Amino acid sequence: MKQTDLTAYNKYIRKKWIVLLVMVGLLFASAIASLSAGSANLSVLDILRTVFGGGNRQQNAIIWNVRMPRVVTATVVGMALALSGCVMQNVLRNPLASASTLGVSQGASFGAAVAIVYFGAGIQVNAGGATSALTVTNPAMVTLCAFLGGIATTAVILGLARFRGTSPATMVLAGVAISSMFTGGTALVQYFCDDVMVATVVYWTFGSLGRAGWTEIAIITALTFGAFVFFYYNRWNYNAMEGGTRTAKSLGVPVDRLIVLSMALCALISSVAVAFVGCISFIGLIAAHIMRRFVGNDYRFLIPCSALCGGVLLLLSDIVSRMLLSPTVLPIGALTSFLGAPLFLYLIIKGGKRK
Amino acid sequence: MIEIKDISFSYPDGDILKGVGFTAERGEVVGLLGNNGAGKSTLVTCLNRIRKPKSGSLTIDGKNAFQMTRNELARTVSYVAQKNELTHSTVFDCVLLGRKPYITWSVSQEDLDICTRIIERVGLLDFQMRYLDELSGGELQKVMLARALVAEPKLLLLDEPTSNLDPKNQYEMMALVQELAKEQGFTVITVIHDLNLALRFCDKFYFLKAGEGYSYGGIETVTAESLNDVYGIKARVLDIEGRKIVIME
Repeated sequence: MKQTDLTAYNKYIRKKWIVLLVMVGLLFASAIASLSAGSANLSVLDILRTVFGGGNRQQNAIIWNVRMPRVVTATVVGMALALSGCVMQNVLRNPLASASTLGVSQGASFGAAVAIVYFGAGIQVNAGGATSALTVTNPAMVTLCAFLGGIATTAVILGLARFRGTSPATMVLAGVAISSMFTGGTALVQYFCDDVMVATVVYWTFGSLGRAGWTEIAIITALTFGAFVFFYYNRWNYNAMEGGTRTAKSLGVPVDRLIVLSMALCALISSVAVAFVGCISFIGLIAAHIMRRFVGNDYRFLIPCSALCGGVLLLLSDIVSRMLLSPTVLPIGALTSFLGAPLFLYLIIKGGKRK
Repeated sequence: MIEIKDISFSYPDGDILKGVGFTAERGEVVGLLGNNGAGKSTLVTCLNRIRKPKSGSLTIDGKNAFQMTRNELARTVSYVAQKNELTHSTVFDCVLLGRKPYITWSVSQEDLDICTRIIERVGLLDFQMRYLDELSGGELQKVMLARALVAEPKLLLLDEPTSNLDPKNQYEMMALVQELAKEQGFTVITVIHDLNLALRFCDKFYFLKAGEGYSYGGIETVTAESLNDVYGIKARVLDIEGRKIVIME
């Protein structure tokens, strides 16, 4: 074997490792930036000292009770949404697939609204003005209902893809229809409840990274980590899926089982993310597309890079949402939609062609 | 030796294959011939279990391929589809994917060595770090062939491997397949529409007519009569300089 041949391949792989390391660095930098953003002036040094156990009482309170839960939530939720988008795009053979474009988030949102209004799983805590927050009193119930809403949408999408062989465009149109149905359902839920509850649900649907406590963070972190392990374990199967289902089957991929399990896990992590922080659109759609430009369709790198990119995007969006009109915190769901929509339009203009 | 016995396949609205079977030796190239809809592609996809046949068996060197695990079957039977979805990856990555049935956690040195050897063998060493969408149709088909070959199969299934190629590339592709089959000792079953290309490069010919085997054998089975019966065409089979060619009337 010629030495130069492997050298070229090794160099090519090294580039992908560098991208992965850069993404890890960006995530840490974004997390530090997010930890330092806020009304209390803390320097990077103060933050690092506090994180490593050397902070004073006030610094500990600010970092560990206020900012750190928000940073960890943004990171993990961003990762969960990006992972689900990345894998959905692969198994559905659809570059426009993500939890928000296929209606999974809206289904989960409806489920969570039902849990809050009818099963008493959430109550508004009036902390005053723009910072009033909703505390989820029964995270398990909200998670379960959100998951049922998300998985119901996923079942419809899978059914369409499997039995009708729909094109990517039709699948997204179906997603629009399902989203519309669940948005209508959520509106009806609001219509039949009292004013306080309406305010609660509306506020909840804006999306907020500040409402998840350590319990919720632990749940979503465990689920996202579990999903990541499954996705990463199947990275070669996803690579094979890129060549089409026939090629994948001929390479020994259990295609049907892979699609169902992957979609169920995608629905689970994106639904739980929606349940805890509300609807956050576009992160799932764009993270994988951004990373494809740097690491191609090699899922050995695309899966971890997309997850890191999702974390970075949501951390940066959160910083913008807190700093743009400080001290008012803009709703993160609205902000990601506002920033993500132009990119979505760009993808549509490009014809949604999968490379 | 490859032994295909009594393969049947049907959709709810009718039978596609009815008790198809034949045998082939190592190194042989078998051409599957017949009209569109005769069941050629279905047969090929039944042989590697992309479709599940209603009945029948495939025995490779005495082992029932239909009882193999998914990975074992992928190591034994390779497949090149008629249409390949292009992904944004390099030639090397695409070929490396063919080693998937062998890869457990990470890529081994052996996987890399085999890929380089096959890429060199199909003449694409200078293109190995190029992206697939930068290749011509002929080069792309060679990449797909290389991807199938790195699994070191005993049976190679090709579904119209030359359908989108110009005459030069059709000839090169089939010559390469024939050469590699003899050199590495695997059997090839290929769906092929160009009768003259089949006559030039196939050792045996299996005629399928409406899902049933019409005839099987060497070049002597390709006659004006068999072509008329199977394709419904009037053609002459001529012997020119020791080679048979088909001329349509």
